[in-house]
Amino acid sequence: MNFKKILPQLLTLVVVILVFGFFSYNAQVNMENRGITFGYGFLSQESSFDVQFSLIEYDGSHSYFRAYLVGLLNTILVSVIGIVFATIIGVIVGIARLSSNYLIERTAAIYVEFFRNIPLLLQIFFWYFAALRALPLPEKAEPIFGVFFLTIKGFFVPAFVWNNLDIFIYSVIAAIVAIVFVRLYAKKKQENQGIQTPVLSISIGLLIILPLLSFLLGGVDATVEIPVIEQLSQTSFTYKGGLKLPPELISLALALSLYTATFIAECVRAGVQGVSKGQKEAAASIGLTPNQVLKLVVMPQALRIIIPPTTNQYLNLTKNSSLAAAIAYPDLVLVFAGTALMQTGRAIEIVSITMLTYLTLSITISIFMNWYNKKIAIKEK
Amino acid sequence: MFKLVKRLTSVVAMFAVLFTFTTETMAAKKSKTLKNTQKKGFVRCGVSQGLPGFSNADAAGNWTGVDVDVCRAVAAAVLGDASKVKFTPLSAKERFTALTSNEIDILSRNTTWTLSRDADIGLTFVGVNFYDGQGFMVRKNSGISSVNDFKAGVSACTNLGTTTELNMRDFFNSKGIKYEPVTFEKADEVVAAYDAGRCDTYTTDKSGLAAQRIKLSNPDDHMVLPETISKEPLGPVVRQGDSVWEDIVRWSLNTMIEAEEYGVTSANADSMKTSDNPAVKRLVGAEGELGAALGLDNEWSLRIIKQVGNYGESYKRNIADTGILPDRGPNQLWTKGGILYVPPAR
Repeated sequence: MNFKKILPQLLTLVVVILVFGFFSYNAQVNMENRGITFGYGFLSQESSFDVQFSLIEYDGSHSYFRAYLVGLLNTILVSVIGIVFATIIGVIVGIARLSSNYLIERTAAIYVEFFRNIPLLLQIFFWYFAALRALPLPEKAEPIFGVFFLTIKGFFVPAFVWNNLDIFIYSVIAAIVAIVFVRLYAKKKQENQGIQTPVLSISIGLLIILPLLSFLLGGVDATVEIPVIEQLSQTSFTYKGGLKLPPELISLALALSLYTATFIAECVRAGVQGVSKGQKEAAASIGLTPNQVLKLVVMPQALRIIIPPTTNQYLNLTKNSSLAAAIAYPDLVLVFAGTALMQTGRAIEIVSITMLTYLTLSITISIFMNWYNKKIAIKEK
Repeated sequence: MFKLVKRLTSVVAMFAVLFTFTTETMAAKKSKTLKNTQKKGFVRCGVSQGLPGFSNADAAGNWTGVDVDVCRAVAAAVLGDASKVKFTPLSAKERFTALTSNEIDILSRNTTWTLSRDADIGLTFVGVNFYDGQGFMVRKNSGISSVNDFKAGVSACTNLGTTTELNMRDFFNSKGIKYEPVTFEKADEVVAAYDAGRCDTYTTDKSGLAAQRIKLSNPDDHMVLPETISKEPLGPVVRQGDSVWEDIVRWSLNTMIEAEEYGVTSANADSMKTSDNPAVKRLVGAEGELGAALGLDNEWSLRIIKQVGNYGESYKRNIADTGILPDRGPNQLWTKGGILYVPPAR
């Protein structure tokens, strides 16, 4: 036992406990003095407020906990959409910045410098109010492909109405499991006998055939519901049926992805430039095509540089999504740390839950990205 | 292990931000808030971020409005100078926390008096300085002339974290109409979104609708529907647990209303000292020892009337003359057909 080694740690722990204890005691005394009670019991009470956009069934007769879930899911939704589009735009712009074509390279550079140097909140306001100004009123909207309607009140898209949806989902899961087994089998076969199996076509075949069978034999049935215009008053209209994506979601996702994409683009550029020129030349000299050079030599090495800073950007995007409250997108901050906090007055309880939730979200993303980073890292022997 | 401790420290630091209450013990004898206010030399007053007629700052940073006048009255009573007020603009979301965490001493921010707010979260409402009710604003050309004309699918813009959100749900539910609530944190964004056509209707307290209508691009294209769907008694709020301070704020407001009732104005207050009516004499401090009961001198109420004016003057200056709500409606004295009725100062 090395006492010297443990002592500083013990001291730190004691200090931490003391500080934490002081703050909780202080909060307790002050709350008692002001007649404020503390507790999480309110979570099961009826919330009695509505939310404009929810992924799960919700109205004011549900509990505050359910309202919390609504906000959480909306935060996750906009974050996932943002991360997907930011990655796509970021990779394209990052590669465009390396292009030998002057025009493409300059355009990408201007995009990056422009969007990353304007505060995000301003961009969110810009896209939201620009969208509200530019989008047509429901009755004036031109249908896209006859079934999509982009209006000031939201993006109305056709929805599927399902019968026996669960059987369909099982069939898709079955197909995915089957594909995993086929891939494992193919890999073994190649290692043992050197024979390549056409994994891709088998996978696609499975993904088509199994769900198709569920339609033919499993009683699954889907009809498409197209949005239909409806009159609310002499001058105002909306669409009924189908699925509605609110303009708040669209402009928030747009602003988040355009902003974060600039940083991801720089990560990608750094990653690709971080691979030494000799690697590419060597790969080309052994007869690999430019595509193969990128796929087999450059990308595997570049990704190691790209992933860690990109993880930070994903975390930033998720946290930045809390700016949603400014433009009425019902995310966790607006629904839970906003309306619910106001209606219950339980600031400490709600803010602590909200903070823990963001902490958990961020840690989940970093755990996943760390796992991915480890997977692609060079395995040194 | 050390890494864990490091992580724990950062978590604790985060919580530390949460619990930044100042340490203080209960005011044992006298009112702590009163003592602090006299020591500081100004009244700390929480107001809105800009609601014409109630609390609004001009370009030079001068605050005006009926809510502002309540704080000015308290400053005149306690410090002798109605201008000694420090105003803190607060959003609907921040207001109660600012009060309970001792950032401000009076919250005078068009706040609705409800049971749960009064009893549950460490607040005390001291009175009503404006009787309001929730209404709806629509476009004139929509053909909607009553709340009964709303149809399912209607989208309604409003402010976040107010009683408006709850009333709206109660109202549309009772009509069996499915609606789309679009809630913003700040009033300016609500106005902009409604103006752009995002919503079919804008709902909040009727006084707020009247005040915000002026900010629309074409105010004349919009109108407020006649129906009122809720009771919204707005009034000043103080922290629970300081009954002396609570009384001072309550009676400062009551003084303004009672002064109007007895016809005492900022112009004639001094001459009223020799009035024949004992109630008037008590009101201007020429008779009785009412100030002492509040821990103040006997001129406190006279200063309120002289420096801020009576309720009628405040209403005229801030709400009627600015064209927001020329008709006083329920905010008229009980003697003139309204419901303003305060207990007697004696």
